[in-house]
Amino acid sequence: MSTLALWREKLGYQPLSLGIIAMITSAALAFGNHATHGDILKAEERDLQASLAQVLPEGFADNDLLKDTMKINGADGKPVTLYRARKAGAVTGTVFQVSSRGYAGEIVVLIGIDHEGKMLGARVIKHQETPGLGDKIDVAKSKWVLDFDGKSLESPPAEKWAVKKDGGAFDQFAGATITPRAVMKAVKGGLEFFAAHKQEILEGS
Amino acid sequence: MNYRQIMKDGLWTQNVVLAQLLGMCPTMAVTTSGTNGLGMGLATTVVLVASNAIVAAIRDFVSHQVRIPVFIGLIATMVTLVDMSLNAWFHDLYKVLGLYIALIVANCAVLGRAEAFAARQPVVASALDGLWMGLGFTGALTAIGLVRELIGAGTLFSQAHLLLGPKFAFMEITVIPNYGGVLMMILPPAGFLVLGLLLATKRLYERHAARSADVVAQPAAAQTIGCH
Repeated sequence: MSTLALWREKLGYQPLSLGIIAMITSAALAFGNHATHGDILKAEERDLQASLAQVLPEGFADNDLLKDTMKINGADGKPVTLYRARKAGAVTGTVFQVSSRGYAGEIVVLIGIDHEGKMLGARVIKHQETPGLGDKIDVAKSKWVLDFDGKSLESPPAEKWAVKKDGGAFDQFAGATITPRAVMKAVKGGLEFFAAHKQEILEGS
Repeated sequence: MNYRQIMKDGLWTQNVVLAQLLGMCPTMAVTTSGTNGLGMGLATTVVLVASNAIVAAIRDFVSHQVRIPVFIGLIATMVTLVDMSLNAWFHDLYKVLGLYIALIVANCAVLGRAEAFAARQPVVASALDGLWMGLGFTGALTAIGLVRELIGAGTLFSQAHLLLGPKFAFMEITVIPNYGGVLMMILPPAGFLVLGLLLATKRLYERHAARSADVVAQPAAAQTIGCH
């Protein structure tokens, strides 16, 4: 140990020991990444599948949605990935993500639309809204988001696509107006996006 | 240093939150409910035990001058590995805890224990110190979380089954049904408020205990390392 104590005080020992530690930790991280990468991808795929299943009625599709995707540029120029549901080869509906700015950062909503442009379901999959107030958009906290089921751009008419406070047809919840407004805007944007690209989505490859 | 003393220090006298006032960043951020506090505490305990043991094992090879970067590197690596393995193999748990795991690096209690204890003590004592310090941290976080949750939302341990599995659903208690909630208790200011009240309670209790034992009250000599 005394030799080690002498060695430890040498100038070269410091960078060398630091370098060795850095190498060991990097190797551990690389190994950890290698060992978990496949399983993490699988777990995330399962997550995606589970949320896709939430916005589509049971038995709506007979294909693997994760393998039937297409990309279309959205209104903001960013590509949107659409998962298409098919029954006997014909596109019966599609699922994609829409987002808008809420009270505290981006709210990401996954929406399912059938081939006629009618909402099949919407789920907020990511948000940072105030717990206890804005987080009622989360289906685990409140059923509010289920209101969108069956709605379309024609019913209610476009000017009614707003919270009741703004003269629209949708409930807001006590204490939070910005959050439901943002979700509303995102969902409406998604329906408009579908309407604009309907041909492409239903017939494109 | 005997093991009883280590346990007592970790759980009470040198409690990470209530005596050393370390790890304030995760303490304020996640204690919005009892379950959250418990989850963060347990994840931190795992990292504390592992990092203390490893630091103690290599303490003779690390020279004084480079010890801080070495410890930080080890702790960050450990946290990342825990994060990745939870994500891959305990994905449902990760969806609940994942948010907190990365925050553990920012918890200076982990570095604090490596520096103040593990760098000077044998492996077993260090691992035990990590365990008891971690459990003390868990206890304090859970207590703060429960107070905030009870006043803020009228429940106790809501969503505990997501963290501990469906068998623990019995822990979820709605104390006050149809409670409107006190928003401030869930927002950050209440974290400070509840922590302050808990600190005051601890000091009062200690003064009382000291007086009844007829010894001069001595405030616990907390090692303040000076971070948030």
